[in-house]
Amino acid sequence: MRRNGSRIFAALLLGVAGCGIGFAQTSAPALTVSNADNAWMLVSSALVLMMTGPGLALFYGGLVRKKNVLSVMMQSFAMMALVTLLWAILSYSLAFDAGTSFIGGLHHTFMRDVALTPDADYGSTIPVQTFMVYQLMFAIITPALITGAFAERMKFSAMAVFLVLWSIIVYSPMAHMVWGKGGLLNAALGGAIPTLDFAGGTVVHITSGVSALVCAIYLGKRLGYPHEPAPPHSVVLSFIGACLLWVGWFGFNAGSALSSGALATSAFVNTHFATAAAAMGWAVVEWIRNKKPSALGAISGAVAGLVAITPAAGFVQPMWAIVIGLIAGVCCYFMVAKVKQMFGYDDALDAFGVHGVGGTLGAILTGIFASSAINPMFKDSAGKVLPSGLIEGNGHQLLNQLGGVAIAWGISIVGTLVLLFVVDKTIGLRVSPSEEIEGLDITQHGEEGYDRVA
Amino acid sequence: MQKVEAIVQPSKVEAVKSALIEAGITGMTIVEARGHGRQKGHTEFYRGREYSVDLLPKAKVDVVVKDDMVDTAIRAIVTGARTGKIGDGKIFVSKIEQVIRIRNDERGEGAL
Repeated sequence: MRRNGSRIFAALLLGVAGCGIGFAQTSAPALTVSNADNAWMLVSSALVLMMTGPGLALFYGGLVRKKNVLSVMMQSFAMMALVTLLWAILSYSLAFDAGTSFIGGLHHTFMRDVALTPDADYGSTIPVQTFMVYQLMFAIITPALITGAFAERMKFSAMAVFLVLWSIIVYSPMAHMVWGKGGLLNAALGGAIPTLDFAGGTVVHITSGVSALVCAIYLGKRLGYPHEPAPPHSVVLSFIGACLLWVGWFGFNAGSALSSGALATSAFVNTHFATAAAAMGWAVVEWIRNKKPSALGAISGAVAGLVAITPAAGFVQPMWAIVIGLIAGVCCYFMVAKVKQMFGYDDALDAFGVHGVGGTLGAILTGIFASSAINPMFKDSAGKVLPSGLIEGNGHQLLNQLGGVAIAWGISIVGTLVLLFVVDKTIGLRVSPSEEIEGLDITQHGEEGYDRVA
Repeated sequence: MQKVEAIVQPSKVEAVKSALIEAGITGMTIVEARGHGRQKGHTEFYRGREYSVDLLPKAKVDVVVKDDMVDTAIRAIVTGARTGKIGDGKIFVSKIEQVIRIRNDERGEGAL
């Protein structure tokens, strides 16, 4: 999957070298670092961090009321600090150490044997530490995405404890299953249910989106919802945030090639095409229904497209990426504008409507549109390339994708419910009604986003 | 002395200001305001949710003038602010008891 491109590249190089010296290489190759690949992966890591802060912080910050802008930004920023430390101590090992089919072992706790040399299974041309720090940025943004669901009403302390535990209980096992050695769903390393997830449709977006839905329902609505108006206090901030997300996502998706070769280009192009199509899709539906295409609609559509193309980025042809984007833009619009209101849950910033729905759509559509010409994932014992997705005749892949989706939904629902229950009974999840009315900036952080007189 | 208080469309502030200056009135205060009269508000959509916004952005222009300048000021404001459509705003005129220049304690019309 994500490491496949670089493995093929390494195999090719090896082949060339083997011919040159005239005998077949049998022992394991000594892996060397490619400076080009490493440069791209370090840039990608920085791009993905930029998606959380300032990208997501601005995107979410603009969508809440003035009195809660800092609380929302701080929740994203807190993940940048907390998850980083957790990753160094424990959760990288739980995700990427070889362990069981479901979760990694403890060998890499405290960064033990996380080397500056490559590991064939985790990007054969980049130092394992680069892989580790790149994956860390994904582990940061995933819980940060959930904060959109419980915005404007959750205690900071409860949020911090809940999301740290969530990282351990939900994120690490899911990352392990899809990308880790021996993982149940790992298509590149022989998992029992090989699921195609290039950059985290299941690992990042379904887990965060579905957990967000559980949070929204468990915490209950914000005071006054839906009768009191709570429009975004600054679509301008959200706009800047969404544009940073779009750019950062090139690191997220193209970086998931774990090399700077052709596969990265494919993922880059697909990401861009799908996003453009989804922005259009959402805005046009809105134009038809409300008579006006809104800026918030266009950027929300763009994010939905980025989410949906994430699992498919390194597997599909560019024109199918446009189709995926269009479907995501239109479907997520209806989820957010219609379905949410039908059910009445208060997913404040639509973390489920965009990430849960977009991620699920993307995972399924990947099983339909995956192309072996873009990324030859499946081979028979003779090395012949087998079809990837449904359009190539591999209908079974759709079942595998649904399996991956079901596991991601299941672990998210169960894990989130248990953790919310525990945190609720110990710390308490919600701020008091009077604190909620006064705003989380003052009551949780003792400061305000904007000077009242200045 | 009287105060002429005009609530106008924000887009008409420049025109009102120029008309007042042309009419020989130099001092004025402008504040951003929100409000509505008979004019209905409008509807905004955020992710499919409909919000009716009834307090619309307005600008309030305050000038204080000698009694014989009141009509001139009113005419200038109307010239600058009128579009003939609903929402053009309103002018309120009221008596002013006293004016004090903070710099030197000067009082009355001379302080205007």
